[in-house]
Amino acid sequence: MPREKMQIMVCGGTNCSGTHGDSVIDNLKLEIEANALENDIRVLRTGCFGLCNLGPIVKIMPGETIYTKVTPDDAKEIVSEHIMKGRKVERLLYRDPSSKKPETTESELSSHKKQLRIVLRNCGIIDPENIEDAIAHDGYQALSKVLTEMQPLDVIKVIKDSGQRGRGGAGFPTGLKWEIAYKNMADQKYVVCNADEGDPGAFMDRSVLEGDPHSVLEAMAICGYSIGASEGLIYVRAEYPLAVHRLKIAIGQAREYGLLGKNILGTEFNFDISLRYGAGAFVCGEETALIHSMEGLRGEPTIKPPFPAESGYLGKPTNVNNVETFAGIPAIILKGAKWYSSIGTEKSKGTKVFALAGKINNVGLIEVPMGITLREIIYEIGGGIRHGKKFKAVQTGGPSGGCLTEKHLDIPIDFDNLIAAGSMMGSGGMIVMDEDNCMVSVAKYFLGFTVEESCGKCAPCRIGNKRLHELLGQISEGKAKPEDLERLRNMSQVIKDTALCGLGQTSPNPVLSTLDNFMDEYVAHVHDQKCPAGECKSLMRYIINKDNCIGCTACARACPVNAISGERKEVHFIDQSICIKCGTCKEKCKFDAIFIE
Amino acid sequence: METVKLIIDNKEVEVPKGTTIQKAAKLLGIDIPTLCYMDLHDLNIENKPGGCRICVAEVKGRRNLAPTCSTRCEEGMVVSTHTVRVLNARRTVMEFILSDHPKDCLVCPKSGNCELQSMAHRLGIREIPGQEYAAMSTYRKDFSPSIIRDLDKCIMCRRCETMCNTVQTVGALSAVNRGFMAAVAPAFEQNLEFSTCTYCGQCVAVCPTGALTEINHVPSVLRALVDPTKTVVVQTAPAVRAALGEEFGYEPGTLVTGKMVAALRALGFKYVFDTDFAADLTIIEEGTELLDRLTRHLKGDKTARLPILTSCCPGWVNFFEEYFPDLKDVPSTSKSPQQMFGAIAKTYFADILGINRKDMVVVSIMPCLAKKYECQRPEFSVDNNPDVDFSISTRELAAFIKQANIDLKTLKDEEFDAPLGESSGAGVIFGTTGGVIEAAVRTAYEVHTGKKLERVDFTELRGLEGVRSATIDFNGLPINIGIAHGLGNARKLLDDVRSGKSQFHAIEVMACPGGCIGGGGQPLHHGNSEIIKERAAALYREDRQKPLRKSHDNPFIKKLYEEFLGKPNGEKAHHLLHTHYFDKKKKIMIKQ
Repeated sequence: MPREKMQIMVCGGTNCSGTHGDSVIDNLKLEIEANALENDIRVLRTGCFGLCNLGPIVKIMPGETIYTKVTPDDAKEIVSEHIMKGRKVERLLYRDPSSKKPETTESELSSHKKQLRIVLRNCGIIDPENIEDAIAHDGYQALSKVLTEMQPLDVIKVIKDSGQRGRGGAGFPTGLKWEIAYKNMADQKYVVCNADEGDPGAFMDRSVLEGDPHSVLEAMAICGYSIGASEGLIYVRAEYPLAVHRLKIAIGQAREYGLLGKNILGTEFNFDISLRYGAGAFVCGEETALIHSMEGLRGEPTIKPPFPAESGYLGKPTNVNNVETFAGIPAIILKGAKWYSSIGTEKSKGTKVFALAGKINNVGLIEVPMGITLREIIYEIGGGIRHGKKFKAVQTGGPSGGCLTEKHLDIPIDFDNLIAAGSMMGSGGMIVMDEDNCMVSVAKYFLGFTVEESCGKCAPCRIGNKRLHELLGQISEGKAKPEDLERLRNMSQVIKDTALCGLGQTSPNPVLSTLDNFMDEYVAHVHDQKCPAGECKSLMRYIINKDNCIGCTACARACPVNAISGERKEVHFIDQSICIKCGTCKEKCKFDAIFIE
Repeated sequence: METVKLIIDNKEVEVPKGTTIQKAAKLLGIDIPTLCYMDLHDLNIENKPGGCRICVAEVKGRRNLAPTCSTRCEEGMVVSTHTVRVLNARRTVMEFILSDHPKDCLVCPKSGNCELQSMAHRLGIREIPGQEYAAMSTYRKDFSPSIIRDLDKCIMCRRCETMCNTVQTVGALSAVNRGFMAAVAPAFEQNLEFSTCTYCGQCVAVCPTGALTEINHVPSVLRALVDPTKTVVVQTAPAVRAALGEEFGYEPGTLVTGKMVAALRALGFKYVFDTDFAADLTIIEEGTELLDRLTRHLKGDKTARLPILTSCCPGWVNFFEEYFPDLKDVPSTSKSPQQMFGAIAKTYFADILGINRKDMVVVSIMPCLAKKYECQRPEFSVDNNPDVDFSISTRELAAFIKQANIDLKTLKDEEFDAPLGESSGAGVIFGTTGGVIEAAVRTAYEVHTGKKLERVDFTELRGLEGVRSATIDFNGLPINIGIAHGLGNARKLLDDVRSGKSQFHAIEVMACPGGCIGGGGQPLHHGNSEIIKERAAALYREDRQKPLRKSHDNPFIKKLYEEFLGKPNGEKAHHLLHTHYFDKKKKIMIKQ
């Protein structure tokens, strides 16, 4: 591989590609060629850097300079200034949301200081469509080590000792899972990678597959060697076209290099990987439902036991791990169990990738050591709440996680602490809410998702969640009775207690956690027919302040449903029975005469 | 055998490893309620989706409640089945299920026989909270020639799916859509009529609610009975007499033949005949066909197709027309007893009465729902006048008797009318798996060997094993016989026939597990396979009690050939008593 003096890395993840990132690459290449620098400067299309609301991102090495929100037109200036003259293009540098000071290098970024990248180690660094790039960054070294120096049980011991727990949500120890699959004897076993990432707003698996697909392929082969499987399957969402594209390229290249297929690295070990596409059903992230879907059956869960390790795909022992779990494996093999277990808390080792979203300054993908606090994530990495508003809650664990509050901000995050606090790790979604969010609406919103995504197999999830959602609707419209709050809690607890799979068992979490932490808001909706956050439209009233209204008629003319009456130069009146609460009147009023009650 | 010890409701029990909590509890006399679970043990059929969550119990050390239908016992487990937590959960889940179920119990066809209704009663549900704003999942009603689907009443127990897919391998019904809108429907949500459905009715037989019921033909029969221009003739299938009593409080397996005849007469049927007569006729035709094919085969005639397959079961006929149309020259061309009866009644018997076939109405009482479809097949009618006008199920007959204020229990036994009411014991056992082939063997043996059969009971052909085989010695010629009941078992034998591996000379197939006694039109067994065993025993009992045990000994059959039909498989017999089959493989066209 030729050695270039400089590398310009452009994020080629879904988000940055969607904001003309590809044109930035094209223009950069044109500029490099125009200046006859193609032998010295390499332009790479890499995976995600994690700064997803600031894309497209361009990083220049050496020097780790990060440019944000780069447009195709900026290419000329970057080449002429930074590359040719060594002067940074200041206006494209990242600025700290509070100090507004430009930060020039990646390690200097406040959002990156607390991060530790193990799973995302190669994302944003290598060209995911070039296996040699991956190999140059230790790709397939762990596989080589495993195949030439280790017995299957040695590998399982390393994984067990590392303390790694499954990143898909439940946190089952990876090594133990492998050991069970190893012990179940069969003529054929399977390794399945669960890439059916379904939590709204979560995209860590997609980023790994787009940014470093080889790490997953390598880990699957290591797993295959350890449990005695020769076939691997990746169940990936068809809605991830870029991830699918890069996986196909990666699998093809790995076969070409003898890293997949027969006699891998000249050993007796055979292992190959094929893709299976999911059609976007959330429940297919549950491993038994995923397996049924791969078998061509209806994607719905079945009772465990039997666990997949006993009887999985086509009735054979099957080890199912999540993308993020797999992506960490090669690093554990190369650096050792001791290194990995030194990171994190007592029962949750290593790092976790979170997708930060909501009312926060820096949204995007972060990887942090277990044990970090929510406060560090929200205020240091996330740059605090947007527009200086007040923090209210953070929802972790995707749609069926719980809402945590101010009092939980200093708990060290790990699998067990989050459950103890009434939420969960889930796949790592993290949605921050501020004072404008109504917690009844939040619970209703998340439950709406699980109602949509329930497979319909068991009664508590199929009907119970629907009833919960309806009752939340009653509450948000001020129609609920006081005793309904107790009913809401009872229904939630019963659904948790009786539902068949993880989806139903966790779906009431948003309700239970908001009942626990924001009971006053529920009471306000039920007893006073008021929404303290002002989000529930049915409980909102637009009122004209007599003192401020001068009778300009602007509001009455703008009202789409003619709910406002009043003579010129006289105080106007809003008929609440007609008003649809669209807010147009308030926008039109120049005299601050309309307020919300 | 490895066993485990555990404690359920403070009582210790030791069970084989792998036993579920529910089964272990049963040994202690603890009856944990369930809505979806079904175990037809003797037929090797189990429905265990774990979907209703009614059977949950508390297991010490477990985070959530355990579904006892599918949770295996473990050593040292401590289970409580009626703590406050469990009772509250069970009640709440039941309230959920009822909140999405119509409240029209009073006029529901399943009322009084509905497992959901009984469960609501058992759990003492007195109100369903939140009804004023709770949405209902609704679905269009679907009427087919045999079965009505009313999915508003479906509770997603998935029993029908298990029967249709796992047991019958018909694949007409499976779950579609997600969450609250999930439903059980044919592919592409077509109506049943356009699906691969064989109308075997096993879905109806296991449905706990009114979601799957039969098309009710009683009103049409009633109209015919009160029409003075019509002579209404009724035939009753063998399996009906062994099950009808259950609807009137008799123990399963009680034969009510005489009372049934009396009730039918009281209902106003002019002539009460027996399908068993036509079963004897079937044996003559089918047996002759078997011997003909066998003789030709032994002489080296390559066109003689063996094995011969029985053709009396309409669900089975629908099945091979759908899935094995390439083999449609393999089954016997003999019509089913129901259709043979209709053909003879509207020719031979109408002639005796001197009436036009259009003035005769033939009603059949059948354990079967596919018979409703069969009698509507166009090839079984003359000038748009069907040989059999209406087919009603055992359940419909029971309801009809009750509506007519007839107390079955107090009726005196009566005899079938002549000439189409006389039958041999061979005709009676048609109603159970293995019975048709046993009846055929009794006749074929004597016809082929010219010797009298000393041992009439072929116990080797009996039982509830899904696929059975036996070799019968026809005086030095070994005849290999295969038997399958349940269409999934039939498929196995058919696959062998298709690939040329089958070693059988004759195969009997019944679509329903257990044969007609387990038919889709029978009184509901509610998951108790003992009932089906008792019905089979009753038929064999009636067979033993009959003075005549072989079809060809039936004097009225002999008379029928002498006076009317001529020779078995002769021209007239062929015209009236034989049929042909069609390629009905469904092709689903998706409109652009």
